[in-house]
Amino acid sequence: MKNLKYLIVGILFGIIFVKAEILSWFRIHEMFRLQSFFMYGIIGTAIIVSMLSIFIIKKFNIKTFSGEDIVIEDKESNKGQIYGGLIFGIGWAITGSCPGPLYAQIGAGFLVVGVVYLSAVFGTWCYGYVKNKLPH
Amino acid sequence: MLELIKQPWHWAVAGTLIGLIVPILLLLGNKKLGVSSSMRHLCAIFIPRKIPFFNYDWKKEIWNLFFVFGIFLGGFIAAKFLTNTNQIVIAESTKEILAGYGITDFSQIMPTQIFSLENIFTLRGFFFFVVGGFLVGFGSRYAGGCTSGHSIMGISTFQLPSLIATCCFMIGGFFTANVILPIIFKFI
Repeated sequence: MKNLKYLIVGILFGIIFVKAEILSWFRIHEMFRLQSFFMYGIIGTAIIVSMLSIFIIKKFNIKTFSGEDIVIEDKESNKGQIYGGLIFGIGWAITGSCPGPLYAQIGAGFLVVGVVYLSAVFGTWCYGYVKNKLPH
Repeated sequence: MLELIKQPWHWAVAGTLIGLIVPILLLLGNKKLGVSSSMRHLCAIFIPRKIPFFNYDWKKEIWNLFFVFGIFLGGFIAAKFLTNTNQIVIAESTKEILAGYGITDFSQIMPTQIFSLENIFTLRGFFFFVVGGFLVGFGSRYAGGCTSGHSIMGISTFQLPSLIATCCFMIGGFFTANVILPIIFKFI
């Protein structure tokens, strides 16, 4: 099963969410009130480590395990990043959770977050439904 | 070793491990870190309804659903076997403010006074679960990604749209936490 390896990486990601308390509503509120460095430390460190890793991959032209070139496509710039970003930020503060931690919260036993998750999937669907009428 | 894992992790350890997930996914198969797109794939599989945004070859993206199912399992494993305390230590100043809103139970990683099953059919539940969740899903798709895809993957590859999106995430969050929620807590 070639997809099983992604399941294992996901498990690691989920464990980190719990162990670093990123899935905590409280941590997100400390962050948005600038009362703790914790979340900024995590996101900042993650960005730096990711940046260095990609620099090394590019510098030594490292290929995937199956020998493909590693390609990172540029993201398309549009107004969605502004409007969508603001909307996402509001939801992030209300639920105390971005999509990754949602999965980990349900796994960690907060079954009620299943409602948040279903609503997020419905929000995703509604975006697809009205996409062409929105400013981009 | 297990005892060490069971303690809460330092932010630098967690940040480093999250950062390493980006090259691991690239090396395993040229995959770009992203979580919110999994919800788009679910829509594409189950409710595409001839909407162009959901008509694409989702079978090519199935790795992402394995990845997010892994996050779910990881959450279960860590909470069940790798944690020696549920209590999290948060800033006193945050505690004080939240106590002013009636959030006084800090014994779990989530505030039980909001995130409990009894609240599902209350106004509070509707706002925090249904409205909040909807905005997370709608907003992340509109922005083209969430914290993982934009703030970590995007910024670390120097993508300007991701930096803009992340700034807007933070503005929306700051405004909501400091202005909207204090009003909401007065009513529900």
